[in-house]
Amino acid sequence: MNFETTIGLEVHVELKTNSKIFSPSPVEYGDEPNANTNVIDWGYPGVLPSTNKGVVADGIIAALALHATVEQNTHFDRKNYFYPDNPKAYQITQADKPIGHDGWIEIDVDGKKKKVGIAEMHIEEDAGKNTHERDHSYVDLNRQGTPLIEIVSKPDIASPAEAYAYLEALRQRIQFTGISDVKMEEGSMRVDVNISVRPVGQDKFGTKTELKNLNSFTYVKRGLEYEEKRQQQVLMSGGSVRQETRRFDEKTGETILMRVKEGSDDYRYFPEPDLPALQISDDWIKELDAAMPEMPTDRRKRYVSDLGLTDYDAMVITQTKEMSDFFNRMVDLKADPKMAANYLQGDVNAYLNDNQVDLSQTDLTPENLAGMINLISDGTISTKMAKKVFKAVTKGEEPKAYVEEHGLVQLSDPAKLQPIIDDVLDQNPQSIEDYNNGKKRAVGYLVGQIMKQTHGQANPQVVNKLLMAALTH
Amino acid sequence: MNYFKSDLASLHADLVAKKISSKELTQATFDNIKATDPKISAFLHLNEDQALAQAEKIDQAGISDDQPLAGIPLAFKDNLVTKDEPTTAGSKILENFKPVYDATVVQKLNAAKMVAVGKTNLDEFAMGGSTENSAFKTTKNAWDQTKVPGGSSGGSAAAVASGMVPAALGSDTGGSIRQPAAFNGVVGMKPTYGRVSRWGLIAFGSSLDEIGTMTRGVKDNATMLSAIAGHDAHDLTTSTQPVPNFAADLTAATNVKGLRIGLPKEFLAEGVNDDVKQAILAAADTYRKLGATVDEVSLPHNKYGVAAYYIISSSEASSNLQRFDGIRYGYRANDVKSLDDVYVKSRSEGFGPEVKRRIMLGTFSLSAGFYDAYFLKAAKVRTVILNDFKAILKDHDFILGPVAPTTAYNIGSEVTDPMTMYMNDILTIPVNLAGLPGLSLPAGFSQGLPIGMQLIGRPFDESTLYKAGYVFEQNTEFHNQIPTLGGQN
Amino acid sequence: MANRINREQVKHVAELAKLEFTDDQLDALTPQLDDIIGLFESLGEVDTTNVEPTSSVTDQLNVMRDDVAEDWGQSHALLKNAPDAARGYIKVPTIIDESED
Repeated sequence: MNFETTIGLEVHVELKTNSKIFSPSPVEYGDEPNANTNVIDWGYPGVLPSTNKGVVADGIIAALALHATVEQNTHFDRKNYFYPDNPKAYQITQADKPIGHDGWIEIDVDGKKKKVGIAEMHIEEDAGKNTHERDHSYVDLNRQGTPLIEIVSKPDIASPAEAYAYLEALRQRIQFTGISDVKMEEGSMRVDVNISVRPVGQDKFGTKTELKNLNSFTYVKRGLEYEEKRQQQVLMSGGSVRQETRRFDEKTGETILMRVKEGSDDYRYFPEPDLPALQISDDWIKELDAAMPEMPTDRRKRYVSDLGLTDYDAMVITQTKEMSDFFNRMVDLKADPKMAANYLQGDVNAYLNDNQVDLSQTDLTPENLAGMINLISDGTISTKMAKKVFKAVTKGEEPKAYVEEHGLVQLSDPAKLQPIIDDVLDQNPQSIEDYNNGKKRAVGYLVGQIMKQTHGQANPQVVNKLLMAALTH
Repeated sequence: MNYFKSDLASLHADLVAKKISSKELTQATFDNIKATDPKISAFLHLNEDQALAQAEKIDQAGISDDQPLAGIPLAFKDNLVTKDEPTTAGSKILENFKPVYDATVVQKLNAAKMVAVGKTNLDEFAMGGSTENSAFKTTKNAWDQTKVPGGSSGGSAAAVASGMVPAALGSDTGGSIRQPAAFNGVVGMKPTYGRVSRWGLIAFGSSLDEIGTMTRGVKDNATMLSAIAGHDAHDLTTSTQPVPNFAADLTAATNVKGLRIGLPKEFLAEGVNDDVKQAILAAADTYRKLGATVDEVSLPHNKYGVAAYYIISSSEASSNLQRFDGIRYGYRANDVKSLDDVYVKSRSEGFGPEVKRRIMLGTFSLSAGFYDAYFLKAAKVRTVILNDFKAILKDHDFILGPVAPTTAYNIGSEVTDPMTMYMNDILTIPVNLAGLPGLSLPAGFSQGLPIGMQLIGRPFDESTLYKAGYVFEQNTEFHNQIPTLGGQN
Repeated sequence: MANRINREQVKHVAELAKLEFTDDQLDALTPQLDDIIGLFESLGEVDTTNVEPTSSVTDQLNVMRDDVAEDWGQSHALLKNAPDAARGYIKVPTIIDESED
């Protein structure tokens, strides 16, 4: 029996605003529990929400970035359920008129391009956090009211690999808008997954299961792969898939039953009477669209066609907006694009990984790195010297000044090199003889001697040229 | 000290002239409350020490001409939150609860230097029309202590009617200011939705709730409304319309000449007590004599108001009252073994029967499979009712009618029969559904009990209602009658 | 009397609302709710074809707050009002359900 798979992804993205979505409390992390809360966040009797304009703007930006239609007549709704981290026992969200709908993004799996539809995206408030210890749970409402955008895919995703590609493409586009850090490891991107399989040719979707505890894109993919096989096996053995929630076990790579779902939840949605409806003007949309940064797909195209990067280089450079902006600036400063890309992928990425930091957290600047590359290009320093210079550049030093201060300037002037070469040849007649007898190895020895005399500052290309001329003379 | 003969303007004049100090006035108020309230039970909490200290401070600072309310005592309905002072909403679930902030109206009146003497009784979470649904006490009608004071702002109405305070705030979701005002023979204004900030009003039906003023005279009422109205950044549903000095419009020259008044035939239909009907027809005659025209008009969908209202208000209430869950504040049941115990036991022990009934109705109306037939249908009928009002108010300056079908009824007579209780709101509810201003004022007596009439106006045109009410007051004697029990008359 | 809502439905609604009723209370409540829901059904008589629902009567539209953070300094007082708190957290009996994020 052949099966086809349908995957649905609901992605929650935490927005980087100054204040919460319906309360002016600061959006900050790592503070004392409940420090960033006020009467609104606690759902006190008599409080009312007030909508943060920045969040609505971010919602419009997300809709534009995901090729969605902005819903210009929108409002908020209440979703009712009891939970200790949900102080009002309702979440203010958008159920009826989400701020964006019918979008898409393009994914690329093994060179095969595909458009994945986005059903809708809506803005809503996050809940607080519960932690559990023995016989009690503890509630921290600092996160309560943090703005979120939930992005819901259409049932277009047909494999775990596509799900992975979708998440990566989504992460990149959102990251490039600047509205969120979109980092799963920090909780600013959270993914809920559902999957069903059905025999090829069957019209009706199969029964879907939901997966929890997927804390990275890789786990999403592995969890889906496991679940896809498990469901296929259930169906092949004549069984039927139950509607259930399963937990991904990072150690075993298996999904484990958490609970069977009976019927659907009854959230009793209705329009939020405390907030006036929103009417989003054409002008506001235009204004936000005009300020929208260039998206990663557009940048990649430009890098390949205008700057001569390979597809692979272009992809790596556009992993994050910071990296891509850094690269753009270096190119503006006349750094060789290929060399700039190589440095970013190689030395810079290695440096970030070794130190577990983001580009923005380092002292690296596009000015200094471009300056260093330009010194290589004009022959002032060798790539070998650049290793030392790079280290200095990571500490925020200006490359030209550093090179001068440390006498790292490469010796390329033939007039200065010729006497040294003559000197070395005079002192090594045996090597000349060896060379004349066909022992090409002797050249290497002579170059080594010249480098030694110049303390490594001689330009190897120039040395080679002058030496060969002298030997064949 | 006799409040029945003092309006806000005369108290203000005496304070400015230093004939009396705010401290003396405040002390007299508490003396009066201690003498009177044992018979009325209007107050849930008094804050004598703070009030006297505040009055003293106001005296020291001096009261100037441009502070019309400074130094004058008032009471708040106990669903308005007051910082560090008990606020219960008449519910066991908030017994001993002290909010950490002040409602906007409380802030405004504090800024106007009024002296808050205490919090008045109400039906639990303002759900009811007799104040019998309070978890704490039964308030009595100022005119007859075997009768209900109306509700849910029964405590505020009785406190004003019995002369304990010259002014009080109430809240009105389906008639909760106008009906107790009518039952106690005082003036009550439910302003236009959005006129007064709801920040700090413990929510019942958020799209219907409005805070308003209760006083013994129309002009006092107008003065109070100007002090509490206006846009508030904490309540995005508040209007940015300018707030007039309503009282300044009320002078000897004020008249109703040329005004067109609509008298809906449905407001005088079956179920409305004969004496009430006669009082309203007499009021219509009074207006005619004063140069207004009164036309019979129709609100054809009025009878559906009760059903639409109880669906919408209960649905909103079911959601609004979910926050009372025993987790963050208020009552948490003892002997809880699980999280669900905290929720279910705290709520089941903390809420009274009427509140539970409304929560059940609202939860049902919003639940899967019933939303379209109940909540959504009610929201559409609301539009129809709103359009009925718009049609009349297009060519009428205001609508005249009774406030309630009867005068105050016996304590205990309706509390077990929710259906009868709900139907009593038929004349006040449509005004909340439409978000219009409604003024209730004395228009007669039946067997010694006050009859109230209601003036319903265009959105944000409280001014016309005050003018018409003021002119009526100037030409009738009903407002001059006072209950024999209250005060020291 | 038509049976618009039965005892089992009342119990289900009570579960949604986190309320519990004794058998006696259910006996009294069920017919009351049934009566009132009967009143609700009278709305069926009103023709609402092409009528938009009204969910608010505010005259305001598009009102929003600028994205500026404010610290109201209330967290200490809020924690003091909690029925049970420890180390800055609100304390509740263990949450058994693990479905949260």
